[in-house]
Amino acid sequence: MIVNRRETWLGRVLLVLLMVVTVVPFLSLFVTALHPAGTYPSGLSWPESPQWGNFADAFRAADMGTLLLSSGLIVLGVVPISLLLGTMAGFAFGHLRVPGHRIGFVIFLLGLTLPFEGIITPLYYQIRDMGLLNTRWAIILPLIGLFMPFSVVWMRAHFVTMPDDLSEAARIDGAGTWQLFWRVHVPLAMPALSSLAILLFLWTWNQFLLAIVLVDDPAKRTMAGALGAFQGQWGTDIPLLCAGALLILVPTLAVFLIFQRRFVAALLQGSIKG
Amino acid sequence: MSAPATGRRVRRARRPRGAWLGWLFALPAVVMYATFVLRPLLLTVQYSLYDWNGIGASTWVGLDNYRRLFTDSELFASILHAFELILFFSLIPVLLGLFVAATIRGIAQSRLATVARTVLFLPQVIPLVAAGIMWSWLLSTTGLANELLSAVGLDSVTRAWLGDFDTALAAVGIIGAWVLVGLCTLLLLAGMSKIDPALYEAARLDGAGPVREFFSITLPSLRQEIGVCVTVTVIAALASFDIVYIATQGGPGNSTMVPGLEIYYLAFSEREVGMASALAVALVFLVLAVVLPLQRLTRDAR
Repeated sequence: MIVNRRETWLGRVLLVLLMVVTVVPFLSLFVTALHPAGTYPSGLSWPESPQWGNFADAFRAADMGTLLLSSGLIVLGVVPISLLLGTMAGFAFGHLRVPGHRIGFVIFLLGLTLPFEGIITPLYYQIRDMGLLNTRWAIILPLIGLFMPFSVVWMRAHFVTMPDDLSEAARIDGAGTWQLFWRVHVPLAMPALSSLAILLFLWTWNQFLLAIVLVDDPAKRTMAGALGAFQGQWGTDIPLLCAGALLILVPTLAVFLIFQRRFVAALLQGSIKG
Repeated sequence: MSAPATGRRVRRARRPRGAWLGWLFALPAVVMYATFVLRPLLLTVQYSLYDWNGIGASTWVGLDNYRRLFTDSELFASILHAFELILFFSLIPVLLGLFVAATIRGIAQSRLATVARTVLFLPQVIPLVAAGIMWSWLLSTTGLANELLSAVGLDSVTRAWLGDFDTALAAVGIIGAWVLVGLCTLLLLAGMSKIDPALYEAARLDGAGPVREFFSITLPSLRQEIGVCVTVTVIAALASFDIVYIATQGGPGNSTMVPGLEIYYLAFSEREVGMASALAVALVFLVLAVVLPLQRLTRDAR
């Protein structure tokens, strides 16, 4: 490729600049978290004596162990069920092409753009009437419903690419529709499923609105929701707040760095399909 | 095996007995979607026609709530703010993303670009709440933003960016831009990798400079990716909640009030459920009105 040297250098400088802008807020958060509690440190100054204990204090103040467990339980409730239901519906619309599958699909498609704020008010009263307010189910059940459009659209996009011959062969071998789905198609859908799982994990973990509206007790919320409460409680103690925010970032960052490649691919594909 | 039997089996494979039974697969998804999304959505429309404090009896008011949406300056301002946020959430990330992606196209395969792919994604991975907390601190009176400004001799412009009536909305917008610029850059870069390099070679041989190249090759080829970036970021702008809730809570005054936050306040602190619902319906339609035409634009390009 003909690319002149000047452009290459300009590109490198720009890229580094953009990376610096991306990373500086994280650094600022980290450096601030090391200052003595209750102080108002300025900018990016390194503290004279780094207070590593702030992280332990924040861990205790935010009751981080409970929070991790709570978020974990919510993720465990949301992700597997969403995957299963989304895959089954995607299979029905994309591969079985049940009568009326187009209309069914369009109804899900329209749900993709729905802002959560659009339904939060009646959702509150509905959850209250179901007696689920202030339980983890108040977050789990609506999230499964809210993730359905994306999950169905995502899995359907996978199933329309699967050749019909494959199913015909399985049927001639005597497989029923359920066996066809479970034994043949689900194993083949693993790459699409794992990307979807990553996205759903992330969106559940970071869910804020449902958590603050439907659950009062921070210990039963998602991580993001709990962080909101933490800010309300410790908002004036900047170093402690920063330490708490960092601790809450760590799990998602860890998952991101471990599954990095799949993550980036999933998010890019996810926004294209969404 | 006799011929008729084979024929029957093949037919059975094409159209399994009771094709309607396939709906059983879609049923659980439909039930969850209908119970927790469609039903509340319809109820939102219903509530929007009533005056209700959430506890006592409700009064039918017809379209009054919608009328208030346009006459109450505070409510209408929240919608305008959402559109102003589009400038920051969409325009800046897409333009900046295009510029950066076009510039680094030549080094897209280098190690630096691989590292960048990870780093630029970080804001997408963290909760928006955390982004809000980080930036509230950066933009505060003693934060890094002001420190940098003082360092270059601009002491006079330093301020509490999120607490100032003139700058709060823009400051919130900057947070959104920070979150979304990496995503846009990477989406556009991924789109660029699909453009045939021969096109660029040909353009260079014809003596086209980087600018000509950008406008006659890169930009037209990226229509779909640009459409995706704009769609995702516009929804993020119109439906913004987390960042505003954490960074300003709509203040100072109502200078950063957005529809999402207004719905939350109306429904859960001011107990004006009807009004909150009317605003929610308006928000849903607003998003559709902006997003659907965009879809048509990008679909046609394919």
